[in-house]
Amino acid sequence: MSFLLQQLLLHPRRILDLDNAQLNQLISQARSSNLLASLAMELASEHLENQLSPSVTRHFQSALLIHEKQKRDLDYDIEKIRLALDSIGEKLVLLKGAAYLLAELPVGRGRLISDIDIIVPLQSIDPTERALNEVGWESSYINSYNEYYYRKWGHEIPPLTHLKRGTTLDVHHNILPPTAGPNVDASLLFERLIEVKPGIFTLSRQDMVIHSATHLFHEGEFRHGLRDMWDLDRMLRDFPDQDPNFWKGLVDRGRELELLNSLYHGLNYAQLVFGTPLPDGIIKEAENLSRRLRKPFMDFLFLRAFQPDHPQCRQRFTSLALYLLYVRSHYLRMPLYLLLPHLARKAWMRHFDKKESLENEKTPEAI
Amino acid sequence: MQQLANLSDSELNQRLAFEGLDLQVGPYIYKIKTNLPLVGSGISTLYKNFNLAQPEAFIDYNVAILSKGLLQRLRGQSDFLFDNTNPFDSIPTGQAYAFLEWGMNWCVSLHTNEYLKLHAAAVARGDHTIIMPGVPGAGKSTLCAALGLSGWRILSDEHAMIPPNTTEVVPLCRPVSLKNESIGVIKRFSSNAIFGPVSRETHKGVVAHMKADLHPQSHEKKTLKARTMVFPRYAKDETQRLSPRRRTESFILAAYHSFNYSLLCETGFEAMKTLIENVTCYDLVYHDLDWAVNAVDSLADPEPNP
Repeated sequence: MSFLLQQLLLHPRRILDLDNAQLNQLISQARSSNLLASLAMELASEHLENQLSPSVTRHFQSALLIHEKQKRDLDYDIEKIRLALDSIGEKLVLLKGAAYLLAELPVGRGRLISDIDIIVPLQSIDPTERALNEVGWESSYINSYNEYYYRKWGHEIPPLTHLKRGTTLDVHHNILPPTAGPNVDASLLFERLIEVKPGIFTLSRQDMVIHSATHLFHEGEFRHGLRDMWDLDRMLRDFPDQDPNFWKGLVDRGRELELLNSLYHGLNYAQLVFGTPLPDGIIKEAENLSRRLRKPFMDFLFLRAFQPDHPQCRQRFTSLALYLLYVRSHYLRMPLYLLLPHLARKAWMRHFDKKESLENEKTPEAI
Repeated sequence: MQQLANLSDSELNQRLAFEGLDLQVGPYIYKIKTNLPLVGSGISTLYKNFNLAQPEAFIDYNVAILSKGLLQRLRGQSDFLFDNTNPFDSIPTGQAYAFLEWGMNWCVSLHTNEYLKLHAAAVARGDHTIIMPGVPGAGKSTLCAALGLSGWRILSDEHAMIPPNTTEVVPLCRPVSLKNESIGVIKRFSSNAIFGPVSRETHKGVVAHMKADLHPQSHEKKTLKARTMVFPRYAKDETQRLSPRRRTESFILAAYHSFNYSLLCETGFEAMKTLIENVTCYDLVYHDLDWAVNAVDSLADPEPNP
């Protein structure tokens, strides 16, 4: 029962065998994992949606409508961002969800997004931010410790929110913080961009996979862990068909970007969670002694994290694994002499500086 | 069909605490869990005459409001959970009932899109169905509650749901949310009003919910044809009036107050167009509730007997 969602994504026809209680669990898991529209697309590709009762189908239809709306809104926002960047002579380079959707890749089928991620060279960060400010994208973190932290230690500036449309935009200058262990030379990423629409670029296919894996294995919260794994699986199944040289040099590229460790985990867990087909020997090529020795422990942690975020999917020690991964993500992000003061400051803010810690407080709106 | 009232107190508490209480609410089924006595008593008062879902039915929305662990209990906080995850921050347990109701609204506002959803109350008397869109504070819920206490059937206090390309309203009767002064206004309006727990100091002030299914047909599922759209507005110092309103302006305002007009895109436009072309639109400016109820009555009964 606990592997329901993963199985259904891969074998959508099995939905016809589920009873109402299982359907409820499936939809609930998919919705909380942000995979409901992705699952809906898989069902639609086998024309299964009309074989379900209308009271079930309406949930899939609703997720697809949200997906369609996000795509429309994204096209509009992207055009505005492209023009703003164009005014300072900078290229628009999309990352993650926005890139998958704009490039119309199979990984974008039903992919829901919560914000738009772009990357610009470090030296262009200030002019980029000013150009975006002028067309309505503003930072909501003004003069706060959070803002200071982003600017001093981050690989992105504080999130920008559009004043009227409310969309969130993350402007990166690298794919990992400068304080993290791997020292990623972001200029290498800019050497291999793909133009997917006039004036709109994404990373190369290999870099997209490496970035997705990096993001996932440096993340501290796994609410979208399964969704990110699904992204990886979709890319690893599709890209070799698009580019016969995709596998060749993937591991070398990971090594060149100092992100081989993340790539290794990404390949490993895609295969374990979704049975992603990999060419013979690629895991061996990415492996080394330290990775091999740590693997049993990493499996213990990650195979729990890549479950839907749902009580039915919890195994023994899931909470412990998630906690250890959270600690691990901090330790990967920065050395202890930076981490400890940062955590102390955050703890202080949580208890004594209500205004600042409430910056992201959510209350139900318009209800 | 079995009603919640058929359950004994201990059966109700057992369900709320463990397997979940499956309630049929309009076209949807909610599974509700809670470990808070305050919320349990609110549900037993306000949902007393709601139907329980058929056993084994497909559940649309899994919701819960729980205070978990010693620390959270000591802090007096609770969480609203949807699909077992927490979409909002923790809230003071004293406000839990209001948050359950808001959370249940939120499920419909965000996660269903088979209908055009207007942010509007809807009421019916005989074959006359009225949709009442309104901005927060316009007095839509107050008027809706007063109409419900005056023989009108409350179809919804929050979501007027219109299947695209029809002028039908899908009933979704749930307790009416009243805020601040409106609570006293409705208590004075009728002694028949039944209230659930009062939540104080919420982001909307004092909130209490009124039992809405007072009409014998409250839980019938059949859709009803909308005839009229009334835009109520409470204004203390203005002359009270019920005056015709232009369709174009009504279209724009109703679209603006819709939860999913833009999400539905062309379907949303066509749905709104069909609706607006087939209803008569009015502005209702009021400060006296009895006057307002009479005014709405006059729409259903254009020539009352002397």
